[in-house]
Amino acid sequence: MGVYALFVVGIGVGLKRYMKTSTDFFLAGRSIPAWVCGLAFISANLGAQEVIGMGASGAKYGIATSHFYWIGAIPAMAFVGIFMMPFYYGSRARSVPEYLRLRFDEKTRGLNAISFATMTIFSSGISMYAMAKLIQTLHILDAPLQNLGLPLSASFHCSVVISAIVVLAYVVLGGLVSAIYNEVLQFFLIVAGFLPLVFLGLKDVGGWGGIKAQLAPAYTHSWQGMGSAQTNLLGVEWFGLVMGLGFVLSFGYWCTDFLVVQRAMAAHSMSAARRTPLIAALPKMVFPFLVILPGLIAVALPAQPAVPFTGPRAARTTSREVVPTGRGLIPAKIDQTGNPVLDANGNAVLDYDLAIPNMLVHYFPTGILGLGLTALLASFMSGMAGNVTAFNTVWTYDIYQAYLHKDASDQHYLWMGRMATVFGIALSIAAAYAATRFNNIMDFLQLVFAFVNAPLFATFLLGMFWKRTTGHAAFAGLLSGTAAAAIHQGLTLPGGAAPGIKGGWLATVHLYPSEMAQNFWTAIWAWSVCFLVTVLVSLITRPRKESELAGLVYSLTPRNSERHLPWYKRPAVLGVVVLTLALILNIIFW
Amino acid sequence: MGLDIRLPIGLLFSVLGLLLAGFGVFSDKGIYQRSLGLNVNLAWGVILLIFGIIMVVFGNRGSTIRPHEQDSAGNRGRSAGGKP
Repeated sequence: MGVYALFVVGIGVGLKRYMKTSTDFFLAGRSIPAWVCGLAFISANLGAQEVIGMGASGAKYGIATSHFYWIGAIPAMAFVGIFMMPFYYGSRARSVPEYLRLRFDEKTRGLNAISFATMTIFSSGISMYAMAKLIQTLHILDAPLQNLGLPLSASFHCSVVISAIVVLAYVVLGGLVSAIYNEVLQFFLIVAGFLPLVFLGLKDVGGWGGIKAQLAPAYTHSWQGMGSAQTNLLGVEWFGLVMGLGFVLSFGYWCTDFLVVQRAMAAHSMSAARRTPLIAALPKMVFPFLVILPGLIAVALPAQPAVPFTGPRAARTTSREVVPTGRGLIPAKIDQTGNPVLDANGNAVLDYDLAIPNMLVHYFPTGILGLGLTALLASFMSGMAGNVTAFNTVWTYDIYQAYLHKDASDQHYLWMGRMATVFGIALSIAAAYAATRFNNIMDFLQLVFAFVNAPLFATFLLGMFWKRTTGHAAFAGLLSGTAAAAIHQGLTLPGGAAPGIKGGWLATVHLYPSEMAQNFWTAIWAWSVCFLVTVLVSLITRPRKESELAGLVYSLTPRNSERHLPWYKRPAVLGVVVLTLALILNIIFW
Repeated sequence: MGLDIRLPIGLLFSVLGLLLAGFGVFSDKGIYQRSLGLNVNLAWGVILLIFGIIMVVFGNRGSTIRPHEQDSAGNRGRSAGGKP
């Protein structure tokens, strides 16, 4: 771990001398090769939600979790690479909100910039919180703390501070290049840490066949049972899945979130920028095997007596309380008094988030265990750094330069970017501590972000492909889409939940079989309302002159010929390859 | 950009691979019960080391082809990457 931290900061130091202008700092001087951007593109998204969350979902929902990849991410990544990147990269916008200003108007950009900036801060805070919590649970820092004579409760604070300092160091020094380079490093580390885990786990359970023999068929088939919400573990029917997750949510994330788009915009040429998401899609496609499989293996194993490494306290409680134990390697959730949390039926509530950490501790001996844990921490840090770099760019270009301090020198904005990084991380720390105090506030905020994000893709789609779309329409569409999401969530409730943060706070008119189904349908509603309102308002407002829209709208942008490129560098060819492979994977795990 | 990403990646993995494989050689065999009797430290350490060396070699070649730096061709692994 020490070696890793040294390298991480070393890259920042090594790159510092290249950071001469704000473009170097925020856009990496637009000079990065496509494969590097591609790996950074997925690594930035590979934060806490990804590794821990996907492992947890793998344990909970089985291979159906792969829908997040093979129906969700991959088609969206192909779309952004082939169709949308020309506008982002070609319009010379420096950020996604700036594209909105060029295409629409100032207010649409302001809305997007402010909501996006707030969101990145909270995501990075949540990442930090989750990491510190995990370090605490796994007792990683206990030995050094004891040596220093500090109480064990300092573990949480230490993790927050150390991770903040490491990320701060490399982002402030090297800006986006440094973040991207580190993300690539983190990508390889994550693969290096998890590949042997999957190998050992599979060997232990007897391969894919062994998993199939251990678990109900619903765990090992991703499409069978998708006909109705009652017959699959996700509790969603195929339409909600394909439209909600596959179309609205995934396209909304991969095509409009500056966090990922920023990586592609750093590429050295238009065709490299377009190839970025397509190259990223290839490793992304096999990620389910790295993160979902360990979760599946964890449930497929016979129940274990508590894993020694989870600490003395956990071991004691599980051996004393015999009745509600966990399942496979997944322990029951323990509340503050040390008792397992029970649901309404008296069954233990399982702590799925520990699936991957427990797998690591179960299979890895000293030595490679350090590598595995480093990989885990690397994934948290890459998520954090991704958010922080996206934040400093949007803050500096779209909020500071646009509204607070116009026409300053480039050096001033470079300085501001560094300051924004410091403030961004400070705010993230505050958010991490807020999460320890008010867990509900975090849930609430994530809900609000979901409302804000859901309609975004409709705006971009119309903006890029329909030249008639106007700024007023985009703004009205976004607001009404967000409102529609909130109203839909307020009127429905997932089964088994009480009205409140989970929904139904207005009245309950419809019950969904699962929270996931509710989320997907909220997104579908938000998108549709935004789409309709944007079209209607566009028709009654005055469109912009076509000459102003060149390079921003599909029909008014000259197509670049890709003929001179070898076939494996042409985005369209790559896109077809990627989609075909995703289709094959879907069929194999049908 | 002045720094080829493959160099730091290669160096990091070479160092990690060496550490891991070295630990695998000298460690007590008892700890490998967890990993189904396989000495994963040694095996994976060697794989990481190979990967690291490949990255360093490619990184070096990549940066010598470009005109901006005339690196002596004899420097394969260590000295060229020593200054990341």
